[in-house]
Amino acid sequence: MTLQQQTRRHFFQDCGVGVGKIALASLLAESFASGSESATPFAPKPPHFAAKAKRVIYLFMAGAPSQLETFDYKPKLAELEGRPLPPSVIKGQRYAFIQPDAAVLGPRFGFQKHGECGAEISEVMPHLAEVVDDLAIVRSVRTDLFNHSPAQLFVNTGSGVPGRPSMGSWLSYGLGSEADDLPSFVVLKSGGSLSGGAAMWSAGFLPSVHQGVNFRSQGAPILHASNPEGYDQPAQRQSLDLIRQLNQQHFAEVGDPEITTRINAYEMAFRMQTRAPELMDLSQEDDETLELYGVKPNDSGAAFANNCLLARRLAERGVRFIQVYHAGWDHHSDVEGGVRRQCEQTDRACAALIRDLKQRGMLQDTLVVWGGEFGRTPMVEASAALGRSMGRDHHPQAFTMWFAGGGIRPGITHGATDELGFHVVENPVHVHDVQATILHCLGLDHERLSFRFRGLNFRLTGVEEHHPIRAILA
Amino acid sequence: MNRISRSSPPKTPMKSLPYVVLLSMCLGTALAHGEDVKFNRDVRPILSNRCFHCHGPDEEHREAGLRLDRGEGPEGAYESVIEPGSPEDSELWARITSDDPDMLMPPPDSQKPPLDDAERAILRQWIEQGADYEGFWAFVPPAAPDIPTEFEGTPIDRFVWRRLSEEGLEPSERADKRTLLRRLSLDLTGLPPTLEEIQEFLQDDSPRAYENLVDRLLASPHFGEHMAKYWLDLVRFADTNGIHHDHYRDLSPYRDWVIRAFNDNLPYDEFTRYQIAGDLYPEADQDQLVASGFHRLHLIIDVGTALPQESFTRNVIDRVTSVGTAFMGLTVQCAVCHDHKYDPITMRDFYSLSAFFNNIDAEPETGGRRGPDFRRGLQPPYINLPDEQQAAQLAELKARVHAAEAELASAKAALEEPEEDPDAQQAEAEKQIKQAEQNLADAEQARDNLLVTIPAAMVMKERPEPRPAYMLIRGAYDKPGEQVQRDTPAFLPPLQAAEGEPTRMDLADWLVGREHPLTARVAVNRFWQQMFGVGIVRTSEDFGAQGAWPSHPDLLDYLTVAFIEGGWDVKALLKEIAMSETYRQTSVASPEAYQHDSANRLLARGSRFRLDSEVIRDSVLGTSGLLNPEILGKSVKPPQPEGLWKAVSMPSSFPRVFVPDEGDKIYRRSVYTFWKRGMPPPQMTIFDAPTREECIARRERTNTPLQALLMLNEREYLKAARHLARHVLSTCEASPGEQIDVIHETITSHLPAPDEKQALMKLATDLEALYAESPALVEELLGGETPPSDVPPARWAAFTLLTSSLYNLDIIKTRQ
Repeated sequence: MTLQQQTRRHFFQDCGVGVGKIALASLLAESFASGSESATPFAPKPPHFAAKAKRVIYLFMAGAPSQLETFDYKPKLAELEGRPLPPSVIKGQRYAFIQPDAAVLGPRFGFQKHGECGAEISEVMPHLAEVVDDLAIVRSVRTDLFNHSPAQLFVNTGSGVPGRPSMGSWLSYGLGSEADDLPSFVVLKSGGSLSGGAAMWSAGFLPSVHQGVNFRSQGAPILHASNPEGYDQPAQRQSLDLIRQLNQQHFAEVGDPEITTRINAYEMAFRMQTRAPELMDLSQEDDETLELYGVKPNDSGAAFANNCLLARRLAERGVRFIQVYHAGWDHHSDVEGGVRRQCEQTDRACAALIRDLKQRGMLQDTLVVWGGEFGRTPMVEASAALGRSMGRDHHPQAFTMWFAGGGIRPGITHGATDELGFHVVENPVHVHDVQATILHCLGLDHERLSFRFRGLNFRLTGVEEHHPIRAILA
Repeated sequence: MNRISRSSPPKTPMKSLPYVVLLSMCLGTALAHGEDVKFNRDVRPILSNRCFHCHGPDEEHREAGLRLDRGEGPEGAYESVIEPGSPEDSELWARITSDDPDMLMPPPDSQKPPLDDAERAILRQWIEQGADYEGFWAFVPPAAPDIPTEFEGTPIDRFVWRRLSEEGLEPSERADKRTLLRRLSLDLTGLPPTLEEIQEFLQDDSPRAYENLVDRLLASPHFGEHMAKYWLDLVRFADTNGIHHDHYRDLSPYRDWVIRAFNDNLPYDEFTRYQIAGDLYPEADQDQLVASGFHRLHLIIDVGTALPQESFTRNVIDRVTSVGTAFMGLTVQCAVCHDHKYDPITMRDFYSLSAFFNNIDAEPETGGRRGPDFRRGLQPPYINLPDEQQAAQLAELKARVHAAEAELASAKAALEEPEEDPDAQQAEAEKQIKQAEQNLADAEQARDNLLVTIPAAMVMKERPEPRPAYMLIRGAYDKPGEQVQRDTPAFLPPLQAAEGEPTRMDLADWLVGREHPLTARVAVNRFWQQMFGVGIVRTSEDFGAQGAWPSHPDLLDYLTVAFIEGGWDVKALLKEIAMSETYRQTSVASPEAYQHDSANRLLARGSRFRLDSEVIRDSVLGTSGLLNPEILGKSVKPPQPEGLWKAVSMPSSFPRVFVPDEGDKIYRRSVYTFWKRGMPPPQMTIFDAPTREECIARRERTNTPLQALLMLNEREYLKAARHLARHVLSTCEASPGEQIDVIHETITSHLPAPDEKQALMKLATDLEALYAESPALVEELLGGETPPSDVPPARWAAFTLLTSSLYNLDIIKTRQ
């Protein structure tokens, strides 16, 4: 008797359609769910509610810029310079390198009010000062972690330990992509190495298709997106056509729809590879634009400016999340010189990005975010042993970020620190609130955007209660 | 798939029915038949998903003094909201059906979707039946079920066929011999069969041919390598620290032990004991010590970049978590900050477990950047594993260091002895000291230079006095609460301590005790997953209340009991699976069948799923003839695109720059590829290999354009194609058509169908014409290698691309 006969006989003899069907339905539901996910991982998906922004450009200032030299002006520190902070302020605080009773260091730069909103901006950011009416500045951000690697991971993935999905991956997962020839989440880097590493653009436990793709500064921007030597495009097209033909034939024989998915992936791969050179060719931009950003192709000194312009080009092509990292803000020594040099490399391009997006009508649906992983101490860092002087240590209690574009109320300053710039005294904003705000602008409820992993519904913003920063929303 | 249900015609378009309709429809049938709802299978998932968050085991967050995870007892459901037998008198029923948003459960603002009609009907029927609670299935020790008698065949087949017949489905025919050979080779060794192996199997008509094949593959040294790949994911094995500088950390002896343990078929209970407590055997042998390195696999930060107490706590939590996931399939880490929301794991349980793992005699952070330990990627405690010659050399050099130390000591002593002519004497003594210091430095240098070439294994080592363990308030390392003693979770069988304070060995014995409901089940399920692409419990990492209900609970229990009673014999289990007709079915089916049950939970056909990254790369290496089959040893660095490490390295990371290995090292199997956690090899991660930061029991399987780009353009893969093309063109004196047959069969284990062959012939001809016109392109493609004599370079180029195209076929990435 064949297997078929055996089962058929049994079925007709004594087997009804039982309550087991319920369990069957749930098994099959898993199948449906996983099938639809892999079939079209990038297909645009509707947000939870009407979105103000379609995409994000996140300018991540790795190393943690000093808020006291940029956005959070504290003249009181100049008065107290050289003396320790009052014990009531520093009680119970811990630092990576300095003692809590280290002397106060006054602001290294002058500040002026700018724009109609009158926001105070330091003299080392003259370009940004000109677009300040387009920004919402938040001076009351705080974080839970005070070392670079965990704190950078915390901002990007919601957890200080590597392994969680990053913000860009969550957005790619939640909203899909509008680009059919580019990844949905692109990472650009300049200024040195990043403590948080590639875990900052990892998809974590989300399907890896949502992982950030780090565009490389040398060779093809996308890994393997250039032909090997001697393998030109006509040859590749012929080869691809053959692959498709044989795979289609195989599908006809086997019946597994995954084969079709893979056929489509090959076509998208071909488009990515064919269009990447055009994307990267900044010389297609007019001189005015190049000048606006300060772009100098192939000049590593202008890498951040080049990346900002590239970010705009990626935004135009439908990429969902573009993250521009610029490292080098960790000024344990000579905070004055350090911040000045960093601003020389970044100020003009940041402002240019805002202006450029605005004049192209893209600022209204592009969310731009600027910020680091924590702030810096009002106290000086100095150590003969480490060769450090006139620096500032890590300060998770308060730092500044700014937001602009889709979904953001322009021209406001939100939150405040005490007169020493030490603690937040008005409208505290947690890193998870920042993440909730970004998701909100994209039409996603941070409590609903979740993924079942190891039996739990994980989300970017963790389990505690957090909210979008209502005051800066348009 | 042919549906043979009585109530519906054979071709019911099930795929077009939305899931909810399907569910309700099936439910309607169920109710009409008046069959019982089962608590664990039908009711618990609903309560767990929608209610336990506020009305579950977590005392801290329990609302309204109500828990729905049990009926009896204080705050239990019978006390207030369920009247067994009577939905109308049960407030639960009123709450889940209410129109009033203030009354409705789950509350509309809870982010939990409301219950649908089918789910309500299940709860209603359950209350009508008497609202019986059952212990959670996975926490009840497995008992051998009755094997179905209505079918003939292996026990596995009987359980599977019973289920199929209940669903009105039929199993599929056996797959053809080539497919079976390829499937079994990939599933058991991670390598496709060679041409010789194909011929041998095709020609073997004996009844034992298939069984012989199974035995041969299980005895292959490559079996252990393949098995190790899965295990190394589960224990997050890697070659770097994983945090901050992401320095080198050498755990390769542990990997070697895992490979050998699978090859030697070390019983799984011993395999568990060695890792949990290998260092605590009375006369622990080298393997047991190396295996205890399991506790050293966690991420670890380097000194000076965090607070040591914080690092210490993170390490301990990581260790407990890995034991939970790898051995028990439990998400114990949920109880770091609060009682588990879904499973009966309390915070006390977590920290009581942590008391077994907090007593390591090691620094919580890796050491400074000087000295041989750092260069060797080691951190004490570790054991050196020199071979005989190295041991002799080392002893010699250690003696030399001793002698130099003695020499220095005596020179210094001489300086202190009063002499008649102090000045002259002192100058002489100082000179001697200087010389002695130099000798010592030289001796140490020579010793260290030897040391860095000697393998060593980091191990677990207990401090003499146990460290006290505390509950940490909200999991914060600096907020210790009540002190806790070593113990196991209360919902699992009690721990038996051999004597006095329980040890890790007691814990290991407890894990593999006959009454433990999880260890064997979880392991069996993972081995099943390896053979079918999906476990009987789909969530192989989570056997708790939030995990998935098993597709074949009786089968899982049958296999588990057989596994335990058969001496935890992994090879025997895999053989039993491989010998079943269920395993041997063809994966050819209709697209409807695939859509109906895409993950093949019901097993009405052979499983078809995307292969893991390592298997894809090893297949390319193996079929091209490049594979270096040497087993065991240190990690190797095959070439990868430039600049990847640069993107994540810190200025003082060690190693900072990726330097590829040379020679045939680069063609070793992927299980030996150097794994930098901060930037794992792209050939692996693009195909969904995990970063090895967390314990992973089950990989994702995606299909992305980046995978296509990798297969099309990776230089190493093109090199493999060139190698195979050259080999066939130069050794196979036949027509181009027959040469294409050989390449196709080598790569796919199948001969091309006539029309496929025609298409391939056309590609070869077209490309050869194209390359004949562009000698420069040919030269680039062939990378300066000279073609074999009698072979036109353009043909070699054309065949290289043809081979590369074949490496891009679906079948290369798919187990079918």
